[in-house]
Amino acid sequence: MSQQTSAQQQARAVIAARGPIRPTPIEKAANPRHTLARLLPYLAPYKARLLLVAVLILAITFLDLLGPYLMGQAIDRYIGSRELAGLVRVSLLMLLVYLSNNTFQAISSWTMAGVSQNALKDLRHDLFSHLQSLSLKFFDAHPAGEMMSRLTNDIEAVNQAISQNVIAMVGSLLSLVGFVVAMFVLNFWLALASVIVVPIMLWFTNFIARSTRKGFRDLQKSLGEINGVMEESISGQRVVKAFRRNEASIHIFQQVNQDVFKAGVYANTYAMMLMPLTNQLGNLFVIVLAGFGGWLALQGLVTVGIIATFMSYAHGFIQPLRQLANIYNAIQAALAGAERVFETIDTSPEMEDRPQAVRLEQVQGHVEFQNVDFAYEPGNPIIKKMSFEALPGQTIALVGPTGAGKTTLTNLLTRFYDIDGGAIRIDGHDLRDIRRADLRRQLGLVLQDTFMFADSVMENIRYGRLEASDEQVIEAARLADADHFIAQLPHGYQTLLSERASNLSQGQSQMLAIARAVLADPAILILDEATSSVDTRTEVRIQKALLKLMKGRTSFVIAHRLSTIRDADQVLVIQDGEIIERGKHQELLDQRGFFYQLYISQFKGQAI
Amino acid sequence: MKNIQKLFPFLKPYWKPASASLLLLTAVVFMDLSIPRLVQRIIDDGIHAGNYQVVYETAAIMLGISITSTLFALGNNYLSILSGESVARDLREALFVRIQAFSYGNLDKLNTGQLMVRLSSDTTIVQRLTQVFLRIGTRAPLLMAGSLILMYSTDARLATVMLPILILSGILIVFFTAKMGPLFLTVQQKLDRLNSILQENIAGVRVVKAFVRDQRETERFESANQDFAARNIRVMQFMSAMTPSLTLMVNFGIVTVIWFGGIQAINAEITIGQLVAFINYLQTILGPLGIMVMLSNIIAAATASAQRINEVLDTVPEVADAPQAIAFPQSFGGIDRQKPRVEFENVGFHYNDGAVLEGINLRAQPGQTVAILGATGSGKSTLVNLIARFYDVTRGQVRIDGIDVRELSQSSLLAQIGIVPQETVLFSGTVRDNIRYGKTDAGDEEVVAAARAAQAHDFISKLPDGYETHVSQRGVNLSGGQKQRIAIARALLLRPAILILDDSTSAVDVETETKIHAALAEWGQNQRPTTIFMVAQRISTVLNADKIIVIDNGRITAEGTHAELIKTSPIYQEIFASQLGGTESEFARLRLAGQKPAPGRLA
Repeated sequence: MSQQTSAQQQARAVIAARGPIRPTPIEKAANPRHTLARLLPYLAPYKARLLLVAVLILAITFLDLLGPYLMGQAIDRYIGSRELAGLVRVSLLMLLVYLSNNTFQAISSWTMAGVSQNALKDLRHDLFSHLQSLSLKFFDAHPAGEMMSRLTNDIEAVNQAISQNVIAMVGSLLSLVGFVVAMFVLNFWLALASVIVVPIMLWFTNFIARSTRKGFRDLQKSLGEINGVMEESISGQRVVKAFRRNEASIHIFQQVNQDVFKAGVYANTYAMMLMPLTNQLGNLFVIVLAGFGGWLALQGLVTVGIIATFMSYAHGFIQPLRQLANIYNAIQAALAGAERVFETIDTSPEMEDRPQAVRLEQVQGHVEFQNVDFAYEPGNPIIKKMSFEALPGQTIALVGPTGAGKTTLTNLLTRFYDIDGGAIRIDGHDLRDIRRADLRRQLGLVLQDTFMFADSVMENIRYGRLEASDEQVIEAARLADADHFIAQLPHGYQTLLSERASNLSQGQSQMLAIARAVLADPAILILDEATSSVDTRTEVRIQKALLKLMKGRTSFVIAHRLSTIRDADQVLVIQDGEIIERGKHQELLDQRGFFYQLYISQFKGQAI
Repeated sequence: MKNIQKLFPFLKPYWKPASASLLLLTAVVFMDLSIPRLVQRIIDDGIHAGNYQVVYETAAIMLGISITSTLFALGNNYLSILSGESVARDLREALFVRIQAFSYGNLDKLNTGQLMVRLSSDTTIVQRLTQVFLRIGTRAPLLMAGSLILMYSTDARLATVMLPILILSGILIVFFTAKMGPLFLTVQQKLDRLNSILQENIAGVRVVKAFVRDQRETERFESANQDFAARNIRVMQFMSAMTPSLTLMVNFGIVTVIWFGGIQAINAEITIGQLVAFINYLQTILGPLGIMVMLSNIIAAATASAQRINEVLDTVPEVADAPQAIAFPQSFGGIDRQKPRVEFENVGFHYNDGAVLEGINLRAQPGQTVAILGATGSGKSTLVNLIARFYDVTRGQVRIDGIDVRELSQSSLLAQIGIVPQETVLFSGTVRDNIRYGKTDAGDEEVVAAARAAQAHDFISKLPDGYETHVSQRGVNLSGGQKQRIAIARALLLRPAILILDDSTSAVDVETETKIHAALAEWGQNQRPTTIFMVAQRISTVLNADKIIVIDNGRITAEGTHAELIKTSPIYQEIFASQLGGTESEFARLRLAGQKPAPGRLA
């Protein structure tokens, strides 16, 4: 049993080694008991199987003890007394014991594989689906890397614990107790001598664990440093080269590299010391048995068969002792990981729909902001007492400096965030009284930073309306003027986009995003116009597609283009979270106010 | 395997600790193997012979051996780790130094993520292999071989009876070894898929929410989740057969010893001590059996890593100095050649997948400003990258001051050139450090002057710590326009003879941009104006250039000043129209009204 888990752990380590450097710091959960209580329900559906495993472990422990005992009996009773029939009988019995022992082991780990992986699957599912319900505020506060780590590393830690360590721990403890009891039953004095090994072992383990912990803390720190240096210097390699800083960059690298080396030697020397030391302790055990046992035998206090049995036990006895410390740490890490996972699962989801939330089938697109207040963090208001109204079909241009609150405004309309004061109404319904899913179904977003999935062009457009047929998707692409370039892609609509659509140009991604919005057919549109990333002629094409899309819909446009502003029904000039000017383009120019200045500075170059 | 062999030279400098570690290990194995023999002696010559002396003596010898072997084992532990870590350190450094020598063409093929994996996890895996082979990897087979030999020497007949079991064990090891690698690989693939869905979901959270697709995303994740779990269960269930079946082999061995050995002992052909020693040797084999399977796995992983490492180490920088490269003349020759003239003569440039630039002929007189316009992907950036020889031309020549850039040492060439790349990269450190990046010994006045010219001084002064403000990694606490201006100051500080601006004012408002351009005209080496190449998107940026070239599909389709091109070039007209719409009349009206444009902020 114990060898089995160590073999699996090594196999895991090989898999894990394919990932980035990740020394496992030893950490503890703040509330282990609570976390454990949360984990148990995931195992509850497999009660019967777990019971089977528990029974098997008991049986295995018993058989582990029985095998060597029979061997000792064979030596003392049959070989010593030259009883051939008895020898054959006991040999067959041993065969049966070993065979069933190994079969039970195979069955128990076979069973545990299913139990643990299914439980983990459920845990991953719960975490992921809960993640879907969390608000953008949560994603703002938790960087993507952190979330990834929660779904991968933390879950993997739990995996290790459930699939191997808990079983190993129970098995090890049971065998340990079993060995000690069996030894004392067989021979008191020899057992007493053997048990001396235990405190020595525990002391070593403790000492090594402490030094290892310190070593890995330091190692992790230097690894963090070297990763930072590498990341920065490699991603900025072109600049490093252009400014001839290669030598300096190598020099810095050498320094941190040396730190990693030193920390690595220290941490690993301690971490890997346990293995050879336990081997040596195994020898010590045998020496105690042979030396002291030999003396006892000469006194007639013990038989050779018992000594042989004890020696056989020695192999099984040292292993659990060695593993206990590792297993304990692994379980601690798992609990800490599980705690973080549950912390995420316990984060309250995006504002819940009110129970009396209305269903919204088809809206006209009448949008009203009334005295809206909003702050991402308390005390730092982004939107202040903002009021305006958009009639169905109108185009509202939002203009203003970076950080004025334009994007925030659109985030409030989509209800990515809830407002702090005032009200936003669509067709007279307060946003908070509309079911969120219904609301968003009425809204179409085309953002500057378009997001495409690693899937076919067809599926990416269909994302706008999942039930759309292929023909409808193609029709939408045609309306968005994307049909032409899609036809030129290697596999047309079936072309697979690479991760983050790196095989498309920015302009092409924009076109797909527009097609997606066309397909969704929303009553209200939110557009963030592209700036410098798209060349101007492509931009004209995008603009044309957008104009088509905007027809008949209420549109909010974060405007960078003169023509958009000129054609808008209303221009809202926003600064520091307030609408400081509003009206039609020409009216605003005539006011000679902020918009006029903005206009002059922004578009001056366009006049000759 | 060949890939791993290629990395042997990295172990060579550490042959002393490595071989010492192996030597100690061998000694440890010998000592470990002697223990069962000594136990046998205690049983046969001590207990059975009733001889206390033998028991005491042998026990003392065993204790001595055990202490020595413990010390040796600790020595092996330290030396093997020292060697492994040394190899890893040297590998990392070799990789890093090699990457530093990469030219742009090499970097296009390997992205940062890939290089990071090679530097971090791949070196770690090779390190693990080194360590494993200096300890358990050698110990396990030695122990097995030693046990077998000693079993034979204890009793050849009994050992021979065991032969079928040993052969069966060997077959099992080969079987599991062959199966396990591919199985783990499939698990890894499923896991990668799961992770990429996750990554995508988190990165695209706004889109997912906007289209209310959480249901669909959950389903998508769930199917990958199911896949992964199912595959993982299969692999783990396969694994669950492995250890028990190997243990079973050893157990069969023990039963055989008891059975046949017992008969032999009854017939007084062997002693009980030998029997016990035999069983001890068998149990010694048990541990190494499982480890043999793991070893092959580690080797497989290390082979893949070694291959990736070699890929980097074997990459030859595409651009390298010619053997007889000359340094760029420090002062530009005689009276006629005060400032560098840049010429493209019939230049063609190809990537692997096709032509990027074709038939480029271009001449920039000293102090001139050449603007380059064109659609995304038309080859603008590539063109300016050829000046600094970040790529080598496929055809034709790029000459500076009459000298082909390929004849110059790249270092001396780059010393003359200031570059502001399209993607602004700042490094962690203070604002001052970043501006001084190309010239670390620059004085404060120089830094401030460069910042002023780049119109960065004002906003830097308003930062919490002014020039000492810390720029976090990749400059996230500054706006795009601010980062660009720091990057411009960084290039200006060099007082370069040639300045390359690759669409580097895209996030700066027009007003500020105009000021920057005005300052540039006065900038340069020893007060001589700089020759400027600028790639641009906005017409406003290029209006005052001495020469505007329009690139379309890798060819120059128009060349001239604004006044000329607006009359002659249809593409230029199209670009012009696309940016201005029909606003001239509007502006003309404003101008007639006598309004002076006031400074303002840009959206």
